[in-house]
Amino acid sequence: MNSSFHHDDGYYRYLTRNMIVSILLVSVAPLIVIAAAILYYFEISYREIALDHLKSMVREHARTVDAFLDERVANIRVLAESHSFEEFSDEQFLTNKLTKLRDSYVKSFVDLGVVNAAGIQVAYAGPFKLRRADYSDAEWFKQAIERHYYISDVFHGLRGLPHFIVAVRQVSSDGEVWILRATVDFERFNSLVQDIRMGKTGVAFILNKKGEFQTTPRRAVVSSTHVYMDFLRSEWVVPDKVTVVEEPDTSGDVCLHVMTSLKGGDWILAFRQNAKDAYAVIHSTRALAALIFVFGVMGIVLMAVVLSRKMVRRISEADLQKEMMNEQVIEAGKLASVGELAAGIAHEINNPVAIMVEEAGWIEDLLEDEDLKQCKSLDEFKRALTQINTQGKRCKQITQKLLSFARKTEPVAQNIQLNDLVEEVVALSQQRARYSNVKLISNLAPDLPTADVSPSEIQQVMLNLINNSLDALENGGGKIEVTTRLKGDRVVIDVEDDGPGIPKANLARIFDPFFTTKPVGKGTGLGLSICYGIVKKMGGEITVNSAVGVGTAFHVHIPISPLHKVEKKPAAVVPSGKIAEA
Amino acid sequence: MTGKIIHMSEQPEKRESLPKVLLVDDEVGYATILCKRLSKRNFQVTATFSGSEGIQALRKEDFDVAVVDLKMEDMDGIELLKIFKKMVPSMAVIMLTGHGSDRAAKEGIELGAFDYLSKPCELDELVAKIKLACGEGRRD
Repeated sequence: MNSSFHHDDGYYRYLTRNMIVSILLVSVAPLIVIAAAILYYFEISYREIALDHLKSMVREHARTVDAFLDERVANIRVLAESHSFEEFSDEQFLTNKLTKLRDSYVKSFVDLGVVNAAGIQVAYAGPFKLRRADYSDAEWFKQAIERHYYISDVFHGLRGLPHFIVAVRQVSSDGEVWILRATVDFERFNSLVQDIRMGKTGVAFILNKKGEFQTTPRRAVVSSTHVYMDFLRSEWVVPDKVTVVEEPDTSGDVCLHVMTSLKGGDWILAFRQNAKDAYAVIHSTRALAALIFVFGVMGIVLMAVVLSRKMVRRISEADLQKEMMNEQVIEAGKLASVGELAAGIAHEINNPVAIMVEEAGWIEDLLEDEDLKQCKSLDEFKRALTQINTQGKRCKQITQKLLSFARKTEPVAQNIQLNDLVEEVVALSQQRARYSNVKLISNLAPDLPTADVSPSEIQQVMLNLINNSLDALENGGGKIEVTTRLKGDRVVIDVEDDGPGIPKANLARIFDPFFTTKPVGKGTGLGLSICYGIVKKMGGEITVNSAVGVGTAFHVHIPISPLHKVEKKPAAVVPSGKIAEA
Repeated sequence: MTGKIIHMSEQPEKRESLPKVLLVDDEVGYATILCKRLSKRNFQVTATFSGSEGIQALRKEDFDVAVVDLKMEDMDGIELLKIFKKMVPSMAVIMLTGHGSDRAAKEGIELGAFDYLSKPCELDELVAKIKLACGEGRRD
């Protein structure tokens, strides 16, 4: 057996690393793919939703602004068509009309004026002193005189405040052209747009064709207006069409520009928001996903490391055990082959010894026939022959022991007195005990009943136990006491030593095959398990008590011969029989 | 192993009345000395030193008891037992076994052997067994 089950630490480190990497690969890779896929599709759909939301919001507000403007124009138109130039020229009439308008339309209008074809305001009602003002050069006047109505851009004009004008052109019965104009309250108009809010950075505003702000943005808009100008040039006239442009602004942050045309293409309503702000949910989702992922991976890593280490530790333990067992099997194999060799020799020796003994017996036979009464050495001859016979028997015993060791004999149960056997084994072990400086004492109960056991097996058990005790006492010397006693219908043989004792952890395993605390090569770990097997087979029991530092006691319980049990029974039955007879 | 067959009995005059024992053992020294010692104990013993010699001897004359070694070079004791039992079923066969071959000995008993003894055996024990076997044989 050349293969070694035990590997060096490098192998186990490699094994651990491999397992960790495999576990991580198998569990983290799908996690990454799933997380990335989900995140990707979530981002796409959320972006779409967010943009749709922005677009519809801008569209709605554009409609609101357009409706507001249309309404103002309609107000002025209805007013202009209801009365003549002459009537409007009366300032008191005009003031009345303004008051009525303001009452009806929540003070949308600031003032009201009537301008003749020459651009001179003939009548004025409002907070400013603008009667007889000359508008002949004003842009709005030029535009208004050519159309039915006109809404101007926001400008400062004569009053020096931002405002815009709604003008309606009318032709009087005498063919004279005149204009009814009204100034729309800027604050009110501005609030229409300023109220559009979205996130932290969302800003809405209105630009005219030149890129001038028509409303005051809630926050300063630093970005350049080229995005809007591009939009103005390209998709100017398509109503209700909302365009979104994503572009980095001057500070490098990507901005969303949502635009749509207003007022028939004169203005654009623009909404600008930082992309990060607009897609805040995506960012927070990403952060949450990253957090979950990191914790998940950490957990997986931890589990992978812990599990791999645990498993590799188990594997290395199993390897070690395997290796130990392997060594023990080899050891047992060696013992077995030594045993076979011994058995072979024993068989070979048996025959010559038998012949020697028989030849001696033959001489004895012959001596009886011869008349050797006078022979001085007759007694000496007889003694020598007896000696040959005795020594031959001794040889036979030795070969028997060798054969028993090799287990070539089959145990034959005999009715024996255990005390004799114990005495024999104790005598056999005395030599070694003296050598180890151990006092080996036997303490045998008299009149023990016999037991039906194989003497060689009991000898083996006793030898094993005494040898174990001797091994335990080898270094310091001590005392071994072998006691026999009767307990119920069992003979108990106790083998007690005052050695170092057996630790509790080992106590439960000492009868396990191959369990040994002796260094490799010294013990097979089979001795006690064989003892256990033998005693169990006899119907007996072997138990152990041990305390570290106090000593160890093995108790072998052997059932007594059934003969003795039978003997007791009639003694108990007889009296009743007698009564029956009587 | 070859050797001549030894016929032996102490009292030639009573030869016919003595129990006839056939000894088969390829250990010549052992068979020879056993032959001598048994003859001295009033048996008419024929010692043979192989299975085939044993069969030849049995062909020539009848025996009361055969003592057969279990382990021989030319033939297994069990085989020889079977042959003997076929040739002369009434003849008692005692097996001599090496130490530890109890199983083979038990097999022999099942095949009709009278008894078995572990080798090297006590002569007195063997004598007792042969006498017992003779008594048994005569009763048949």
